[in-house]
Amino acid sequence: MKLGELKNHERELYFFQLRIGFAGFAVLAAFVLLFARFFHLQVVQHDAYASKAEDNRISIVPIAPNRGLILDRNAVVLARNYSAYTLEIFPAKVRDLERTIQDLSEVVDVQAKDRSRFRKLHAETRNAESLPIRTRLSDEEVARFAANRYRFPGVEIKARLFRQYPYGDLAAHVIGYIGRINTKDQEKLAELEVEANYRGTDYIGKSGLEASYQQELHGTTGFEQVEIDAAGRGIRTLARTPAQAGNNVTLTLDIKLQEVAEKAFAGRRGALVAIEPSTGGVLAFVSMPGFDPNLFVDGIDPASWAELNNSPDRPLTNRAIAGIYPPGSTFKPYMAMAALELGKRTQKSAIHDPGYFEFGGRRFRDSKAGGHGYVDLYKSIVVSSDTFYYQLANDMGIDAIAGFMGKFGFGAKSGIDLEGEATGVLPSPEWKLKRFRKPEQQKWYAGETVSIGIGQGYNAYTPIQLAVALATLAADGDMYRPRLVSYIDNLRSGERRNIEPALLSRIPLKAENVEFVKRAMAGVNKEGTGARSFGSALYSNGGKTGTAQVIGMKQGEKYDEKKVSERHRDHSLFIVFAPLESPKIALFAIVENGGFGARAAAPLARTVLDYYLLGKEPEAAPAPAATAKRGRAGAAPEDEEESD
Amino acid sequence: MELAAPSARRIYQRFVEGIDAPLLALSLLLTALGLATLFSATYEQPGRVAAQAANLMVALAGMWVVARIPPQTLMRFAVPAYLIGIALLVAVAFAGDVVNGARRWLHVGVTRFQPSEMMKLALPLMLAWYFHKNEATLRMRNFAVAALLLALPVLLTARQPDLGTAVLVAAAGCYVIFFAGIGWKVIAGLGVLGLASLFPLWGMLHDYQRRRILTLIDPSQDPLGSGYHTIQSTIAVGSGGITGKGWLHGTQTHLEFIPERHTDFIFAVFSEEFGLVGNFVLLTLYTLLIARGLLIAANAATFFSRLIAASITLMFFTYAFVNMGMVSGILPVVGVPLPFISYGGTALLTLFIGIGILMSVHSHRRLVQT
Repeated sequence: MKLGELKNHERELYFFQLRIGFAGFAVLAAFVLLFARFFHLQVVQHDAYASKAEDNRISIVPIAPNRGLILDRNAVVLARNYSAYTLEIFPAKVRDLERTIQDLSEVVDVQAKDRSRFRKLHAETRNAESLPIRTRLSDEEVARFAANRYRFPGVEIKARLFRQYPYGDLAAHVIGYIGRINTKDQEKLAELEVEANYRGTDYIGKSGLEASYQQELHGTTGFEQVEIDAAGRGIRTLARTPAQAGNNVTLTLDIKLQEVAEKAFAGRRGALVAIEPSTGGVLAFVSMPGFDPNLFVDGIDPASWAELNNSPDRPLTNRAIAGIYPPGSTFKPYMAMAALELGKRTQKSAIHDPGYFEFGGRRFRDSKAGGHGYVDLYKSIVVSSDTFYYQLANDMGIDAIAGFMGKFGFGAKSGIDLEGEATGVLPSPEWKLKRFRKPEQQKWYAGETVSIGIGQGYNAYTPIQLAVALATLAADGDMYRPRLVSYIDNLRSGERRNIEPALLSRIPLKAENVEFVKRAMAGVNKEGTGARSFGSALYSNGGKTGTAQVIGMKQGEKYDEKKVSERHRDHSLFIVFAPLESPKIALFAIVENGGFGARAAAPLARTVLDYYLLGKEPEAAPAPAATAKRGRAGAAPEDEEESD
Repeated sequence: MELAAPSARRIYQRFVEGIDAPLLALSLLLTALGLATLFSATYEQPGRVAAQAANLMVALAGMWVVARIPPQTLMRFAVPAYLIGIALLVAVAFAGDVVNGARRWLHVGVTRFQPSEMMKLALPLMLAWYFHKNEATLRMRNFAVAALLLALPVLLTARQPDLGTAVLVAAAGCYVIFFAGIGWKVIAGLGVLGLASLFPLWGMLHDYQRRRILTLIDPSQDPLGSGYHTIQSTIAVGSGGITGKGWLHGTQTHLEFIPERHTDFIFAVFSEEFGLVGNFVLLTLYTLLIARGLLIAANAATFFSRLIAASITLMFFTYAFVNMGMVSGILPVVGVPLPFISYGGTALLTLFIGIGILMSVHSHRRLVQT
């Protein structure tokens, strides 16, 4: 480089080739060094490493934690664990799955159900180490397999903890169930960055509280260092970090009350939610029909799954949070409340009810032909006058109605601690604009406001919303987030975490208005549409019946229960709270296709309240009122026939 | 008739034009060994061998295309490739995906790729181009500029953090500078300086990097953490003995004691199953490949071709040496794949493009000499 600007190419090339030679020498030296290292490891120290490879293999085995229990408010166990033997196949270690299963069926009982369930699991779960072909083996089967074990590489017997729901289908929609972790669950776990804690865990909450409290119930995975032999079998445990069991979750729910409520449905479809107004704690939570969550624990067999999934009764739908229904006349107390608060009516306002309300050339019929005559605000609730509320809705306008009802939680998720809540519909011009595409459908027509007043039209709410609205009214405007869990116990630290009542809002309602509406609702159950069921109650209470149309009636056409098919009959609704002073329970019930509110839902609610407030056990077989009376509907007493 | 008769032959000749038979044979032999080892390493998860075979097809196509591009044309790619590489590295720093705690990946459509991988070729290309441009007037100043060109991508990669790739990219650049003729005294001086700077550098390392270096000195300190890899792979190598346990019979492999056994630690599988004999064959193949590469560099026509051929060849050596050294426990655990053997599409493509460049340099060794 000191030769100046221009360099001698030959000389440059020579220097370059010199460096190439140097590099080649360095490469050779490095490889010789590597080879020396290999020689050292593979020849000199071979015996030491060979024996290390042969006998000193440490395997780290995860220990799955015991899942926390679910208990009712009186510490009755609703979900627990028990130990049983399962026969598991490691699909990666088996050459021919079908052949292996065929051979296995000669040793232990493998039914077609087990095979199809195994195939389903195999298809759904990737990366799973082992999958059960049979669960709950008998001692004899365990012994028989052990004797034949040599024939089945890749098949093992494992002792596992199983989830069990001792009450079967009781409160199934609340508790939910667990199932095998599938690919979708794995992605979710990866997103939450908790995969490491799920090594060794095969099951995860799929629905109900099992899903929404999954992180609490799961616990912390432990680890074991195990010395294994050349075939991968464990010889002895070297060190152990025990797993920490999941937390126990205690509910606000009373399983006895739940049982009374579910039995009162007597096989009919519907939903019921009972809430403690002062805390938002859910006392009973029914969605009928239910299902047996135990079916899902080992992986449900396709036949049972198809039966549940294809049933027209839709037992897997949690009606209490995902079913949406028009509230019918149970909407009227809130309409009255709105009228008073917004100054659209006074306590003394009255109309003459001719049996219809005319608007824009159209007649909106009252359910009582000929009308109720002179009707004031109090009577409008007690006898459930439609005409009164058609007029009121028209006077208030849709914006005022939607604005007021929104405060009671209508058309908004309640925030209950369960997954899969529906939103429902609080009708308003804005909602219509968003809901529909075509401009003519997007427009709000004044005529549509009229039927909103009696809880029909676009009104559609979930039972939990309707129960929360009632609880809010019962608590004079204090709205609490509904919740199923009372407290969570950490067994290891002995620490108890209370889930405090969450006051969502405090609706500023005038005391005299609240008092008036409550008095009118008390009137419903004393002298009005609810009197048949609640007239004899030994505690003060207020309620409202409701009937929700399932199919629309043409103008002038009269609804005749006998002429419509069972599934097109009206839904029977009822709301009730008790006692009047500082209410302890607020309850919403709906019986699908049960007919008038007074007929099916009200007696059911009475049974539940009698048990909760008086401890009165229901009679051995509560007669399903609707079925019993269906034959002589025409002869029913006047108040029942006409109301709602 | 005389025109039509040799057409098949001519098509063949046109097809293999620029392909160097020894290089192709050596790299295919190594890849074949790799596929066999991969089959054993991924015995429990089939499908990888087919995927790697598909990767090989792509890589061969890449090699075939690059082999036909004259070095003068390749030189034109140097600056854009380097600038794009830097831009992508910066993009990764801001918008890359985090995998295993490091931000290395960039989303491109449906797939992800590591821009640092691209730098393994783009940096030597850039430096070779730079030295070639200034060949006539090479001074100390030029080496300083080259050092800056080298430092930029290396620091960006090291920050991701990806120490393994940073070291490899730095090595590729250093080889170019070395072959460009930097003085021995400067090298010695830098060596002393480098040793002196180890101490402050230690402070810049991430915790896991320090742990890896510490456990290299004594792997048993952390047998279940970062020492686990080294302990288990050393046992695999040592227990292989002279002739190995036989293909598909490695217990360390099949009882899943070797982590990352189809990627960075695949040499443990190879060594366990094929023993010292297999290792000797593998080292021989690498030696022949490197010898061929250095021969091509020594006979290359231009300064650029010489530099790029020599540095690519030494890259092959570096990958192989660092990887085998790591698996056999004499070098720290850094994420370096074993060339032609480890599973991975990007790495294979980079390697075969490197082979393609060597072929291009070889077939154009006389064309531009004036």
